[in-house]
Amino acid sequence: MASPPSRTSSAQTARSAPYNHDNPSDPPDFGTGGTVSLRWGDFLFQTSSVAAAASILVVLAALFVLLVVDSRESLVRYGIAFATSSVWDNVKEQFGALPYIYGTLVTSAVALVLAGPIAVGAALYVAEYAPAWIRTPVSFTIELLAAIPSIIYGLWGFFVLTPVMRTTVEPALQRIFGPIPVVGILFQGAPIGKDLLTGGVILAIMIVPTIMAISREVILAVPPAQREGMLALGATRWESLRHAVLPYARAGIAGAAILGLARALGETMAVTMVIGNSSRAITGSLFTPGYTMASAIANQFTEADTAIYFSAIVEVALVLLLVSIAVNIVARLLVWQIGRGDPAALGGVLV
Amino acid sequence: MSSDTYAPPLAPAYPPGGRSIFEADARYQVRRGVARLMAVLVGLAALGAVAVLWIILGYVIWRGLPAINWPFFTQRPLPYGEPGGGVGPAIAGSLVLLGVASTIGVPIGLGAGIYLSEFGRGRFADAVRFCGDLVAGLPSIVVGVFIWALLVRHVIGHFSGLAGAAALAIIMVPIIVRTVEAMLRLVPHTLREAALALGVPQWRVVLSVVLPSARAGIITGVVLALARAGGETAPLLLTTLGNMFFNWNLSQPTAALPIQIYNYAVAPYDDWHTKAWGASLVLIAVIGILSVLTRLATRGKKLA
Amino acid sequence: MEEQKKEQEVSLKHLDSNGRFAGTRRRWFGVIGGAAGAAALAACGADQTATPRTAPAPTSGAASTQAAAAIPGSGSIAGPYPGEAKQLTGAGATFPAALYSKWFTEYHRLTGVQVNYQSIGSGGGIKSISDKTVDFGATDGPMTNEQLSATKGGDIFHIPTALGAVVATYNIPEVPASTKLRLSPETLAAIFLGEITKWSDPKLKADNSGVNLPDKDIVVVHRSDGSGTTYIFTDYLSSVSPTWKEKVGFATSVNWPKGLGGKGNEGVAGEVKQNPYSIGYVELIYALQNKLGVAQIKNKDGQFVDPNLETVTEAAAGVASTIAPDLRASIVNAAGPESYPISGFTWILAYKNMAEEPKAIALSRMLWWATHDGQKFNGDLGYAPLPLEIIKRGEEKIKGILVNGKPAFPNK
Repeated sequence: MASPPSRTSSAQTARSAPYNHDNPSDPPDFGTGGTVSLRWGDFLFQTSSVAAAASILVVLAALFVLLVVDSRESLVRYGIAFATSSVWDNVKEQFGALPYIYGTLVTSAVALVLAGPIAVGAALYVAEYAPAWIRTPVSFTIELLAAIPSIIYGLWGFFVLTPVMRTTVEPALQRIFGPIPVVGILFQGAPIGKDLLTGGVILAIMIVPTIMAISREVILAVPPAQREGMLALGATRWESLRHAVLPYARAGIAGAAILGLARALGETMAVTMVIGNSSRAITGSLFTPGYTMASAIANQFTEADTAIYFSAIVEVALVLLLVSIAVNIVARLLVWQIGRGDPAALGGVLV
Repeated sequence: MSSDTYAPPLAPAYPPGGRSIFEADARYQVRRGVARLMAVLVGLAALGAVAVLWIILGYVIWRGLPAINWPFFTQRPLPYGEPGGGVGPAIAGSLVLLGVASTIGVPIGLGAGIYLSEFGRGRFADAVRFCGDLVAGLPSIVVGVFIWALLVRHVIGHFSGLAGAAALAIIMVPIIVRTVEAMLRLVPHTLREAALALGVPQWRVVLSVVLPSARAGIITGVVLALARAGGETAPLLLTTLGNMFFNWNLSQPTAALPIQIYNYAVAPYDDWHTKAWGASLVLIAVIGILSVLTRLATRGKKLA
Repeated sequence: MEEQKKEQEVSLKHLDSNGRFAGTRRRWFGVIGGAAGAAALAACGADQTATPRTAPAPTSGAASTQAAAAIPGSGSIAGPYPGEAKQLTGAGATFPAALYSKWFTEYHRLTGVQVNYQSIGSGGGIKSISDKTVDFGATDGPMTNEQLSATKGGDIFHIPTALGAVVATYNIPEVPASTKLRLSPETLAAIFLGEITKWSDPKLKADNSGVNLPDKDIVVVHRSDGSGTTYIFTDYLSSVSPTWKEKVGFATSVNWPKGLGGKGNEGVAGEVKQNPYSIGYVELIYALQNKLGVAQIKNKDGQFVDPNLETVTEAAAGVASTIAPDLRASIVNAAGPESYPISGFTWILAYKNMAEEPKAIALSRMLWWATHDGQKFNGDLGYAPLPLEIIKRGEEKIKGILVNGKPAFPNK
């Protein structure tokens, strides 16, 4: 995989371009020059660093291959019906993952709708409004929110959020929105607190820091001239944000939101503890206990005691993998538009 | 809010119907009102995000503190009904798992990061960067499934601490790669050039000049990765399984704090719930301390 | 905290009100435990079988008599054994998890062997032992023939370790736990099928005159993971309700028509405790420990029966002599006026042929201890001890565990 030829070729590519001091993404070529072979120390060093880099590709490839191999039986047997059937029945050996896909999409959508405005608002506050002395503590606090392990969100959701949702939030939502046509459908049924809505709420809390941190960086990256021009025309601060900054940062913020979405899609433990874990999610109401793909795997993976059941649950993992890769690609393309020229520029906040 | 500081002081002086964008006093008032409202809303959003953190932290501390005592750190979990018992094996297990995961993950992450910053151009480097981002975005449960299928089922043959550490290493590597690359790029090229001009081979330049000057940033990356890996639960459920006893043998199932929190939380006993909060407090304290240390270590430097 | 524990003890005492289990048993055990291992082994035969008859509990049912006697063969495991593995890993059923965690803590104190048991569900136990990712599995739903033929390591023994009751547990704020709800098989099936949706349903009211059943929606709680508890429960519902059998069937995990899922017995009990107007099914001990309501179920003879050690043992009594050679057996909906209909065995799954001698020795000794000495802990935790006949059948299996073709159990 990691071989001298690839090293040589990259060294050649590097030499062909003149070194530019002002471009940080273009470090100088430190190869020993010409076709003279590298000293063995350098060779070893380069080879091992290439090997380390290559191992990332190997792991990703192995992961994909292994998931495909292990889900082969189910892939062959159910084909596309796996994603369109809503019957998940171990006894009758029918496996359709639609309820899990649906649960994943619904909870992630709820999370995005709730977290998006709050996170972007908080990012605007930190980047544009907050006095300097408040900026650091607020940023730090929100970054800490990102560092809290999923299991602790789960614990809190399980013991604190669920009862509040059941006794207060969900009945109130039902009272307010229940009678409204169309929207009301979302809030039908007995509020039990362990359902898609609660799953979405806990996910929203978890993705706020992701969206907020990236949006903040993106907003800060907007050239000051944009704001100043608008303000010079007599615009209020909000107008300058609304018409000069946000349009400029739009792609980056969208990317941030989608990265948040990516995190929500794959989140496991916190959701597992509040979502109700039921395979019959598709009713239209948010007050329905459900499963996400991730929580279905967590609950059923070690339990799948027949070959086809195991194969089906691995296929759920495969679907989840593909969805999250697709979402990540879209998000990164959007974010890269802002951080272009230095792909790692936003690296620190993508954690 | 100071939103109106940007309102030009001359604004009201423009005559109504003038050609300025401040066409009317009334319209200006509306616009200023909107600006203020948005300032308040934006402030509230920030307040809300911050408040949620403190509510959660407050709960963990409030519910967790009663569980904290010395035996809680040293004893192993006891069956329901026996008083006492703690999360000793889980704390030890988490430390062991993180230690082993670092042993696997840090060299790989460091190597790949060095490659990307020092050599990395062309398609291969782009592919590595791209895949690194994808691995960073992998749902952790999928990593668990992968390690189960590869190590638990085949290579090792049973649930083991080593498999868990491998899963955590996969989670750590992309975080380290990213920070290392970003940090090494911040090291001025003149430093490298000066060393190379002295005839020092490149590997020595990187190891003795570039890496040391980016030390703080690299440590940050490793600590971030540790903090993230230390809280992972889902992949561990499929790989290390958990253990009721102290275990230092990597080929055996190993306890870990997140698994212990989960097991305690879903059990129906109030005493175990208290212990779940206590274990969460321990976990958060460790991660919080790591974060603060990182913050201090990198103060003044912009993290890429 | 202290108070809570007292309450706990009270509720457990209530459970075995017929015999002074703990005291009696411990005294007997002391005597036997003091005897030499060989003597205890020899005692397998005639003289100890007489013990139940002389046990000082003339008014009690079968369970307490059984429990009061030291089981022949007890005491033979008295400490560490040279050459045995010091670590064993098991995973599976959550149904006996409370008992196993007690057992293995005691066993660790006795022998220094760490038996790490993780309750991941019976489905997980079957899968893990089949994949050989653990040293032993545990399940409450016996493995199917298909599963048995698909294992990585050949033949698997089912070794019964305890008897338990699956109870319908509920949380209705208006109905105190001391008021026992009465459920007939038909209503129970209808609730879990989603046909009865309100607590005030006339069918429920008919069986529970005088109970203030509120006009609230029933929240059904079931297991989210593969589970032997589910197996026993759905096995029962299938045997009493043709609709259930046709629509859902029975297995360690089924496609639930309704409800929310909790992971493990712990999870279901936790959900029921957390959600008012809910009903779920758990192992008896999980309901008692949480002071949740436990329903009386109408049995085959038309009696509403409380789940407890006596009624479970009664249900097992019928099958003890007719049990299949591989010890897989279902005892749901057993006949007998006193038998609780949703009862079942729980098994440890072990390979007949083991490759590693230290593990084989450690495992066979642990199994012997568990099915003999360990039985004295069953009652306190709400599990009925095994009938003697079943223990003897289990002994054959334990002695049948082979390593390199030779029996692994060192008899002490």
